[in-house]
Amino acid sequence: MTQDGAPMSCQELVELVTDYLEGALDDDTRIRFDHHIGLCPGCETYLRQMQETAARLGSIPAESLPAEAQTALLDAFRDFLR
Amino acid sequence: MGDDESELLASLRAGDEATFARLVNEWSRPMLLLARGFVSTEASAEEVVQETWLAVIRGLDGFQGRSALRTWVYRILVNIAKTRGVREHRSIPWSSLGNDDSGSTVDPDRFRGPEDPYPGGWRSFPTEWRSAEDGVLDSEIRDHLRLALEQLPDRQRIVLTLRDVLGCSSEEVCGLLEVSAANQRVLLHRARAAARTVLAAYLSEPSEEAS
Repeated sequence: MTQDGAPMSCQELVELVTDYLEGALDDDTRIRFDHHIGLCPGCETYLRQMQETAARLGSIPAESLPAEAQTALLDAFRDFLR
Repeated sequence: MGDDESELLASLRAGDEATFARLVNEWSRPMLLLARGFVSTEASAEEVVQETWLAVIRGLDGFQGRSALRTWVYRILVNIAKTRGVREHRSIPWSSLGNDDSGSTVDPDRFRGPEDPYPGGWRSFPTEWRSAEDGVLDSEIRDHLRLALEQLPDRQRIVLTLRDVLGCSSEEVCGLLEVSAANQRVLLHRARAAARTVLAAYLSEPSEEAS
């Protein structure tokens, strides 16, 4: 994908964002990533927005089981352990 | 969850109904989201979660504690959900990636072409997003993200749900889904990028991604 030593383009960088955040880039690629991010406001914004997306996904509210289903499970728990 | 695992397990094994009721109420939330990744309807997801809890009740005494309690419960859920997904003709292959999982995650037109002095550079930078000060409501952002999740290909939705919505580690996800670390990252990346694009369409003024 990217050649050793060649500067990383923005188009290459956006596809490496998750590997970067996961700590999965090799040292050379990570150094070139950091170097590019330090100089490029567009990619800095892109990285920040990917992080914000991930963080906001963690705030999606989740419904629980309907009350009747929870009661039925509690009955099953009681019966099984009796 | 912040619970002390051994205490929790001891309470459950002793038949403590309050502990079980609390666990069912709290853990069923992430479990429903996860189940929804595998089956076609909300009702079907609810049945998967109920079936999972019944299997948990039956398996409590045999649980060895080799994995965390939550991981064990999730593993039971994934197995039940997979079986049901097969019955609903939604069997999902995990060993290899599919057509949805390759190609650019950002529209290539947003970058300069090969003839340009800066090939692969942004034509224009991604627009800064509007925030709460601009009247953006967290609830609306969550609605957009839910919609984004629904629109994802199955595997991407399941990985994104586990990692970013439920906060599982990559090791946990790879173990649960029997997917390699590299493929897990590909699916996570594509799913996050798609979710970012949905948010960008909503939070950029004027709409950057539509142009």
